[in-house]
Parts: sequence; C-alpha cells; structure tokens
Amino acid sequence: MLNIIGKKNIFLSFSAILVLASILAIVFFGLKQGIDFLGGSLLKFSIKDTKAEISDLENIFKQTLGISDFKVIYDSQNNYYFVRLPHLSQSDHEKIVSELKNKYSSFKELSFQSIGPSVGQELRKKSLTAIAFVLLGISLYIVFAFRKVFQPVSSWKYGFITLITLFHDVIIPAGFLAYLGKYHGIEIDSNFIVALLVVIGFSVHDTIVVFDRIRENLLILRSKMDFEQIVNQSVNQTLVRSINTSLTLIFVLIALYIWGPLSLKYFILTLLIGVTAGTYSSIFVASPLLVVWQKLSKK
Amino acid sequence: MKKDAIYLSIIILFAVLGGFFIYPSGFGNQYLPWKLGLDLVGGTHLVYKVDLSSIGPQNQGFVLNGLRDVIEKRINIFGVSEPQVFIAKSGDENQLVVELAGIKDVNAAIKTIGETPYLEFKEVIQNGDKIEYIPTNLNGRYVTGAKIEFNQTNGKPQVAISFNDEGAKIFEELTARNIGKPLAIFLDNNLIEMPVVQEKISGGNAVISGKFTLDEAKLLVNRFNAGALPAPITLIDQFVVSSFLGFDSLKKSMIAGLIGTLIVILFMIIYYRKYGVFASLALLIYIVLTLAIFKLFGVTMTLAGIAGFIITIGMAVDANILIFERTKEELKRGLSQMAAVLEGFRRAWPSIRDSNISTMITALILYTFTSSFVRGFALTLLIGVIVSMFSAITTTRLFLKVFSKNNK
Repeated sequence: MLNIIGKKNIFLSFSAILVLASILAIVFFGLKQGIDFLGGSLLKFSIKDTKAEISDLENIFKQTLGISDFKVIYDSQNNYYFVRLPHLSQSDHEKIVSELKNKYSSFKELSFQSIGPSVGQELRKKSLTAIAFVLLGISLYIVFAFRKVFQPVSSWKYGFITLITLFHDVIIPAGFLAYLGKYHGIEIDSNFIVALLVVIGFSVHDTIVVFDRIRENLLILRSKMDFEQIVNQSVNQTLVRSINTSLTLIFVLIALYIWGPLSLKYFILTLLIGVTAGTYSSIFVASPLLVVWQKLSKK
Repeated sequence: MKKDAIYLSIIILFAVLGGFFIYPSGFGNQYLPWKLGLDLVGGTHLVYKVDLSSIGPQNQGFVLNGLRDVIEKRINIFGVSEPQVFIAKSGDENQLVVELAGIKDVNAAIKTIGETPYLEFKEVIQNGDKIEYIPTNLNGRYVTGAKIEFNQTNGKPQVAISFNDEGAKIFEELTARNIGKPLAIFLDNNLIEMPVVQEKISGGNAVISGKFTLDEAKLLVNRFNAGALPAPITLIDQFVVSSFLGFDSLKKSMIAGLIGTLIVILFMIIYYRKYGVFASLALLIYIVLTLAIFKLFGVTMTLAGIAGFIITIGMAVDANILIFERTKEELKRGLSQMAAVLEGFRRAWPSIRDSNISTMITALILYTFTSSFVRGFALTLLIGVIVSMFSAITTTRLFLKVFSKNNK
C-alpha cells in the first residue's frame, strides 16, 4: 500500500507551487483573447513552392490595407501561415487575397474568419453564462452526491474540498495557456472555455469516487483504524480505477493532439492538462486536504 | 442464459447493420448520406446583422421571413446545393445566417447576397447650399417586379419597377406631395438619381434612368426580380473554410480517432485480459451504434462534433474499468467468478451513473447556452455518454454472461 497520506506535504506542496505559478501567470501575463471574443479576422493560407519571408508578407499587409495592427505567424510543421487582423470587410479580404495571389503563384487560402465586435461580446456573455451554470450544476451535483455523509467529517467539507480540487484542475491549464499566450502568441477562444468546463465535468467524479470510498470505509473501519489510515486505505483502494479511467481518456486526447487536426490543437492541449491535473488532484490533493482539515479542526 | 445469447445476437446484428449503414460508400449512403459541417467539406458561414430600426415591431417577423426568402432565392440563382438560410436572434440583435457548403467561389457568393439592391426613396429639402434627404416609407420592400426599358429620347437603358398596391399608394402620395420638387432614389445607400417630379404618379410604376450601361441595368433587373431586401443587412461574421483544409481536418480526426481507439483497446486487453477483450468488443459496438444514431437523426458532423465523439471513446470504457475493479475486489472477498462479475456490475452502477451525470450536466449546459460550433461538440458528447452507459453495461454484461458460461 502506498503511503500517500504520510507524504501528503510533498504532494500538496507540488500542487500549491503549480497553482501559485498558474495564478501568477494569469495575473501578470493575462489571457490573450482570440477573435471570437474581441472581434477581428484570422486568415489561414499556405504557399507551397516558395518560402515566403514573414517580413515580405508583413509589407504586403501594410501596403494593401494601410494597417499596422496585425500579426503573421508561420507554422513550420504544416507549412501554414496565420494572419491575425482587425475585423475586415469583404472587399478588404478580397484585396489581400488577390495581392497575395499576385505575389505568390502557389498561394492557397485555407480559411478565413472575420468576426464583428458585437458578435464577440455576445459570445463572451454566453460563455460566462455557461461557466456560471456549469459551476452551479456541478455544485448542486456535489451537494446531491454527499447527501448521506456521516461523521467525523461533515458533508459540506467534502463538498468544499471537491470545489477546491476543481479550481486546481481548471487554474493549471488556464495558467499554462497564459504562459503560451505570453511567449508563443497563443490565444484563448470559446473552445478554451468548453475545454475547462469538460475538465470540471470529468474530474469532479474521480474525487467523488475517492470520497465515496472514504465514507464507506469510515462506517466499517472506524473502530479499528484512525482517520488518517482509513483515508490512506481508501485512496489506495480506488487508486487504480482513478488512474485507469483518466488514462483511457488521456490516450485518445494524446492521439488527437498528435494526429488530429491543427485547429483543435490547443483545445485538446487544454483538456489534456486539465484531465491530468484532475487525476492528480483526486488522488494527491483531495484526500490529503481532508486529513489536513480534520487535524486542524481537532486542535 | 439462452435469452442472453439472443439479446447479444440482436445487438451484434444491429451493430453489423449499423456498420453497413455508416460506411461512407456503403449502401446506407444512397438513402441517407452523412451530413458534414462546413468546417469539414469546406464552405462559407456568413452572419448578417439585420437592421430593423425602420420597421415597426408588429412587422418585424414578417420582414425577417421576407428577407430570408429573398436571400434564399438569390442563392438559388447562384446554384449552390442545399444552402441553409435561417434567422437567429443574438441578444437584442436580429441575425441572418447563411451557410453555403462546398462552394468554390466564395467571393462571388458573398457578393450575390451582399449586393442585393436596397432601394429607398427620399424626399429632398434644399436648405441653402445644403441638401437634406428625408427618408420615406417607400423602399424596396414594395417592389414586385422590374424590367429593362429604353429611354425614348436618348435610347439609354433604364429600369422600370412596379410596386405592389401598398407601395403604389405610398408612391402616389409621395409624388403628389412633391410636384415640382426632386425626389432622391438611393440604391444600397448610394444616391442613384434625383429626378424632379412632374406630376402625381398613380398605378405604382416608376422608372430609374440613372446612368446605367446595358449590363448594369440587366443585373439590377435580375436582382430586383429575385426580390429587393426589405431591410438593410451588414456582414458581421464570416467563416470560410477551403475544401482542402476541411478534408484534411476530417482525415486527421478520423486517423486520430482510430489510433486513439486502438490504444484504448490495447490498454484494456493488456490490463484486463479476457474482460478487456469483451470491453473492447463492446466499445467497437458502441462506436458503430453511436455513429449510426448520429446519422439516423441527421446530426451534422462538425470538427468539434467529431472531437466530442472521440473523447467519449476514451470515456466509454470508464464504466467497464469501474466494473472490473469492483469485480476484482469481490473476487478477493472469495466470490466465484460469475458471482463476482455480477456483483461488480451491480455495485459499480451508482458510481457509473454519477460519473456520467456530471458530464451530462456539462454537455447539456453547453448545448443550451452556446452557439453553433460549440453545440456540435456538446451534442455528440451528450449522445455519446448516454449510449456508452448502455454499451458498457448491457453489452459487456451480455458478452461476459454468454461467453463465461461456455468457457466453463
């Protein structure tokens, strides 16, 4: 049996450092919002035969449109170019495409998306509503799941710790995306919000499975073992299923990340980090926190 | 036990039929082809803001429907297969969404829609050097038809338009009020001409002489006859995907889904051996049946939708893992194999139900509170989770019951 509770300080410190780093990243770097929140355009294209210099491309955009507020990104893996622009009219879009076609004969437009600022505002509002409702729904679900809890730990503590682990699972991928935004220009879009919500929906359950077992064991073993031992045994009993259920999801996410379409890359990455953080927190954070809290309240 | 074998055979039969049904070039395709989203086949998704500020609240629904009909007609002239035009409300804003799949010349399509003539008549007030245009009630909404005419004095092409009864009445009043004064005609917010009204015009016919070439006049007539827009629209959201990128995304998601499934199957078989084999068979049946349900109910498969489905493949075996882990515990407690398996199923059930409920809550909320692209993901996730509960529990249990017995 692994002594997870005995080494809880190491595990909790590791999480605390990650959470702190993520919060700092979000506070100092901020999350870079994509065009679907702020409005703007995204042009994706490829130039097969020649290698186009980024500076040449930048000049074309400057001259054709007379704007300086844009960014050209080259994806060497797929040989795609991405250009992030302000909200463009159809005639501006046409101008750019014909200009690029003139200059590079093998130019091929892959996709173009242009979103007005009002649409972005609406989407942000919708995303916030969705987040609020998921948090509410999951909280109600936690209350429901812990409706039959017995002493020595009262039910609201299980619920509160579950919420803390959910925060842990969401803040870590968010912090990572803030870092990517700062150093690699990666923007968050509505898919990012969806990924975080899916992480919440998925990882809440692993924590509940462990707590469920603690509850069950408390009834049977209370007279034979102390609280810490019971918790440790419960974590060990559910360890394999916690890991395996997450692992199968992580397998398909890795497959999607490596072989899947480019446009889903950061959506999948957010899920991957969130689900991994969720697995870790259900084993190494939730139950240790329960023990810590129990000890503190005894004093 | 014989009953179980029959049930299992029925499920397998359905899965085999489903396999033929979903296979892209199989016989199912003739009757019900896959519905693929624009991001997979390539195409254009356009969102227009509709300006209803000049239309009274009681007429808005009527105008919006008229607008949709007109734009549908326009696109049909253009010859796109199965265009989708629908009205959406986003906050306080009225929107018109146009989806054109597999279209080659996107710019031409946008022009066809965007340049629909928006005709307005405005009264003119000369105020010293300044000219003021006062909007009137008369606009393209009342135009019923147009044709080319040639000016009898100079032979230049001009466009004759006719109004419906209501429009004719407004036009009559307008001309009566403005005899001797100019009347401004605006097309798509550009001043086309400003003829001086000679007399009251009844009967609902007007002529726009402008300075048209024959081609311009022809185009304008065609556009009028397809219907003028009853309200002005502005393009606010545009998403164009080339068919190359769409196909590439589809191919890559399918490859990733296939590899992901294989890894899950390998893991299940290596870790859970015989049980893993049954869980894997159940997983394959799950994949086929879920895809068949998507197809049967006409769920449009988008990139996000496929991603949602692939993610459920990783979640579908979770129920099996919970059951098998529970079974192992029961075996340790000294139960016989069959009893342990059945006990494992029974005792893992609340856990399976609860785990799926939290994902279902998320999917339902995402589906209700978000817009099109996220919806595809939420829908496939929701359907997937529901079907996976059936597959992981019922199908796997039947496999275990039927084949465990034969082994003994």
